[in-house]
Amino acid sequence: MSRNHGVALAASLAAALTLLSLPASADEAKEKCWGVALKGQNDCAAGPGTTCAGTSKVDYQGNSWKLVPAGSCATMQTPFGPGSLMPIKRPA
Amino acid sequence: MQPFLAVPDRQSGFAAAVMQVAGPLPDGLTAWHGQPPEARFSVYRNNVQAGLARALASRFPAGERIVGPDFFAAMARTYVELHPPRSPVLLGYGDDFPDFVAAFEPAASVPYLADVLRIEVARSRAYHAADLPPLDPAELADIPPEAVGALRFRLHPTVHLVRSPHPVVTIWTMNAEGGEPGPIDDWLGEDALVVRPHLAVAVHRLPSGGAAFIAALGDGATLAEAAEAGAVASDHFDLAANLTGALSSGVFSRIAEGRFP
Repeated sequence: MSRNHGVALAASLAAALTLLSLPASADEAKEKCWGVALKGQNDCAAGPGTTCAGTSKVDYQGNSWKLVPAGSCATMQTPFGPGSLMPIKRPA
Repeated sequence: MQPFLAVPDRQSGFAAAVMQVAGPLPDGLTAWHGQPPEARFSVYRNNVQAGLARALASRFPAGERIVGPDFFAAMARTYVELHPPRSPVLLGYGDDFPDFVAAFEPAASVPYLADVLRIEVARSRAYHAADLPPLDPAELADIPPEAVGALRFRLHPTVHLVRSPHPVVTIWTMNAEGGEPGPIDDWLGEDALVVRPHLAVAVHRLPSGGAAFIAALGDGATLAEAAEAGAVASDHFDLAANLTGALSSGVFSRIAEGRFP
């Protein structure tokens, strides 16, 4: 490492530390909070809706492949088009 | 009546059959009402498979929102059939779901989906990783200037990088809870930093070259070497900005002594 390079690195670190020492926005991450669990990660799979929701349906597979992605991708303009309206084949 | 099988054989036979969408029933099975057991057994099959598919939907809410619940459920069912859980602990179930989706032909029209799912995998892994206080930037204040280039850091155990040719942080944000999907004008690649310095998991959009910089530090590179890696990855790499971002978001757990691992 050249001497100049070392000076530049030290200057970058000094700049970073200066920025970090500015009056910080409230560090909300340090707050104790019981609401931080990721959705679906904080509950055991024993509550309402996790037991026998699908019991009566056994014939799911046959018609599944009429489906195309049709969620929010239909509202996002992308280079690939807004969602897919093309027929989808079941993979072999 | 079939000959009675030892309990472990019975259990593994039952488990294997219950994970199949169709196919023969385990030997020796009878239904309580004396009717053929197929209909009763299909209830078990459906419950197990639907439950696992719902577990995936819980872990990948943004992915489910992008393709819609029906498509997601069908995709998840296929994954469950091909990749049954190998552990009774479901926290890690679906770690390779993004790889499956990347190769899943019906999802080819949403090529960014797999990388959004990778952010969601990273989020739940970060959530369950070890708690550790992040490095206090004040510890760097007394480093002599000539020693700065040789600094090495330990990454925080919750750090994950997701690099994508798609604007994956923007898409994830739009589809996370409270997000609002809308047009994306500049379709540019984005790299995500997922980290949980305290209690809340954060997803940050990394600046240009930032992923290469953090990855190099994670591999044990010195600050000088990592800065070089960032500059190689991007002409617009800004070391001061990347250091500021890394220190403020809690990417490091501590200064590493000497070379590691």
